[in-house]
Amino acid sequence: MPESSPCNLSASRSENVFEDFKPAYDEKQALVEANRCLYCFDAPCQIACPTHIDIAGFIRKIATGNDRGAARTILDANIFGMSCARVCPVEVLCVGECVHNHQDVPPIAIGRLQRYATDRAVEEGWQFFEAGASTGKKVAMIGGGPASLAAAHQLRRHGHSVTIFEARERLGGLNTNGVAPYKLRADTALAEVDYVLAIGGIEVRTSASVGGASGPSLADLERDHDAVFVGAGLGADSGMDVPSADLAGIYGAVAFIEAFKTGVVDLSGVTHAAVIGGGNTAVDCVRELLGLGIPVVSMVYRGDESRMSGYSHEWDEAKVEGGRGVWRAMPVGFEGVGRVTGVRCAELDADKKVLPGRELTVPAQVVLLAIGQSKLGSLLAGLDGVELQNGRIVVDATGATGRPGFYAGGDCANGGKEVVNAVAEGKAAANGIHVYLTTPRQGRE
Amino acid sequence: MADLRSNTGGIRSPNPFWLASAPPTNSGDQIMRAFDAGWGGAVWKTLGSPIQNVSSRFGALNFRGTRAVGFNNIELITDRPLEVNFREIAEVKRRYPDNAVIVSLMVETEEEWRDIIKRSVDAGADGLELNFGCPHGMCERGMGSAVGQEPKVNERITSWAVGYSTVPVLVKLTPNVSDILPHGRAAQRGGAHGVSLINTIKSIIGVDIDRFVLEPRVGELSTNGGYCGAAVKPIALHMLAQLARDREFQLPISGIGGVSNWRDAVEFLLLGSSSVQVCTEVMLRGYRVVEDMIEGLNTYMDDKGIANLDGLIGKAIPSYSEWGNLDLNYDTVAKINPSSCIGCQLCMVACMDGAHQCIHPNPDGTRVPFVDESECVGCNLCQIVCPVPGCITLEEVNERLPPASWNQHVDSGATLRAKKGVH
Repeated sequence: MPESSPCNLSASRSENVFEDFKPAYDEKQALVEANRCLYCFDAPCQIACPTHIDIAGFIRKIATGNDRGAARTILDANIFGMSCARVCPVEVLCVGECVHNHQDVPPIAIGRLQRYATDRAVEEGWQFFEAGASTGKKVAMIGGGPASLAAAHQLRRHGHSVTIFEARERLGGLNTNGVAPYKLRADTALAEVDYVLAIGGIEVRTSASVGGASGPSLADLERDHDAVFVGAGLGADSGMDVPSADLAGIYGAVAFIEAFKTGVVDLSGVTHAAVIGGGNTAVDCVRELLGLGIPVVSMVYRGDESRMSGYSHEWDEAKVEGGRGVWRAMPVGFEGVGRVTGVRCAELDADKKVLPGRELTVPAQVVLLAIGQSKLGSLLAGLDGVELQNGRIVVDATGATGRPGFYAGGDCANGGKEVVNAVAEGKAAANGIHVYLTTPRQGRE
Repeated sequence: MADLRSNTGGIRSPNPFWLASAPPTNSGDQIMRAFDAGWGGAVWKTLGSPIQNVSSRFGALNFRGTRAVGFNNIELITDRPLEVNFREIAEVKRRYPDNAVIVSLMVETEEEWRDIIKRSVDAGADGLELNFGCPHGMCERGMGSAVGQEPKVNERITSWAVGYSTVPVLVKLTPNVSDILPHGRAAQRGGAHGVSLINTIKSIIGVDIDRFVLEPRVGELSTNGGYCGAAVKPIALHMLAQLARDREFQLPISGIGGVSNWRDAVEFLLLGSSSVQVCTEVMLRGYRVVEDMIEGLNTYMDDKGIANLDGLIGKAIPSYSEWGNLDLNYDTVAKINPSSCIGCQLCMVACMDGAHQCIHPNPDGTRVPFVDESECVGCNLCQIVCPVPGCITLEEVNERLPPASWNQHVDSGATLRAKKGVH
């Protein structure tokens, strides 16, 4: 990946201390692994992939030395194939379905093979796709993360013009700001964004918050465009309504990750940290804090280890790296004067009910709250036809909301899933928008 | 994008990848699915008097954990009624006018040839392929390789076929001969528009060591079959190149024998094939393998700056010479890259036991072997057994005597270097 720091990323970012947790294959490693693939027909790995990459096909191409063909096959299905190769939880998707598992043979390392092909495509700028002949139709994208960018790329292939409105100063969404750096670093994510944008004809407006002071209103967007795609992701980290929650050293998890991925955080003097939550963000945070050099990092979760929603294979890695679990514990307040020194927790029973009189304190000079993020569906509240459910935008399989010409995908519609889901939904919505824009309707020109 | 359009003796196809006459081309349904997958042409499974096949027809050679590096069969020609085949040929051509449909034929008498050729051409065949190669079953009845092994019979039947056909005629040659040249030349004298080769090689694929019966087993008997698949490619390449470099033989060639991916296809093209035919890899993996073949060939040609197949066909033929013309003063020695060597010492045992005893344990005590370059004959064996690509390279010795071949040495006393590895 380029050493440069696109979009004014600091060259001395805190995330730079992290090594790839799955190093890239060289050619001989890729060939050995590719030749183990059975080239299944109607392959279970492909079915398991939300973007349905022809995995057996691209692996065969690696085996014959057709690396560009391998990259094309991947990127044709998933233009974010490079980041998905790194960040996908392959253990529960493609690799988990590899038929080798059924004969107790190690499954094919699909993610690493995918990375082998796509790294070169991005590094060497192999471009496989051209914009379609211009249709004269204009589509606005709210948000500049994987869902919107995947949708934008697909819309360009159909020949529609696209403008992305991103509230932050950089594109890439969670790939840039939120993914654990041992999977994907911010500069790599931004290089991939540039690769996606290279299809041309995607206008980008950053620091442009739709409905806010720095961007157009929804009404403006609807007036000036033939369709709108909402890929706004999730909102701010949820906070805790307990005493002393405003002490210094207590951060929202996603905000903290963004801070150290795109800049520098100072953790000098911190010996203990705690992460509140039991999901994948919490597990990531444990590994990240350990990697940033904090000796003792505890995950504080209300349930048992077996009930946490974070992937067990990732938690196993976190434990190997030194992560500790504090189970059946519910924060009831924070200790410290001015700055947090510990998390005071009530002990819970197996049903997550408080055990009266039982408390414990987890020492921590840094506390990350990984208990969810607010939903941004309210952005569209009040628009006729747009239905919200628990803050999520309700869409059909083509990404359509109930309002003609309004589509959505990614975390704001699915509530928070993987990058690969966002890409799949963005692409499906782009195809839905294409049908919408090219199907004659009564009352429209 | 390179232009992959192919022309073999007047048979045109959008790319040089054809399915060989075999089980994958048994029916119209199959061939239409193959064309949908990208195949440029298909040679219809041989038509003749329908036969009855045996149960248990295929056998495979597995080697060090890789399945079916070689393959054999004792299946015969089509067992479907001729009228069904002809109806389907017409249907395929109606739906896929741009793809090449070549009909493989095998009958006995001149009248039968005349009749079946007329019906094939009437059905819309773009070309015919005369099956003079089948090495099992049909040859016992005086057809197939029984024809291909007799140049006079080959020439006579070819001339009948060419006389009755209004579309190009290819003669499919058998490799079960000591020298391919008389057989290719016979087809040329008979008026063929091209040849295709190789058909399968007479083989016994294996023996069931518990039952003491050959494989594939039909009850308690079996018979010799036709060998094909990746392992036969070197034999095919040799016969192809023999014909392609022959001054007398001038016909286009459709290459067959172990083509499994685009790299194999490039080799066949470089040795003079105008198109390649594939069967075994499709039987093992399906029609879908053609996507990578087309894409890989295209990318390769783009990288080389080759615009069309004419820029590729036969390019390696000038390098095919006689042993007596090789430069005996050309000298290479093996170099082992210590940073990529993994210390398996397969090169050492291979050199010690199978070559010229010039690779030794390293005196420095590491497991990176030591090459005695003064004894190394540059045979390649160490590089062949090395499991790490690029670890062992054969590098040219810079200080050499002027080139001198054996022929030059015999004819004019050219000076040869001192022998190595003759301790």
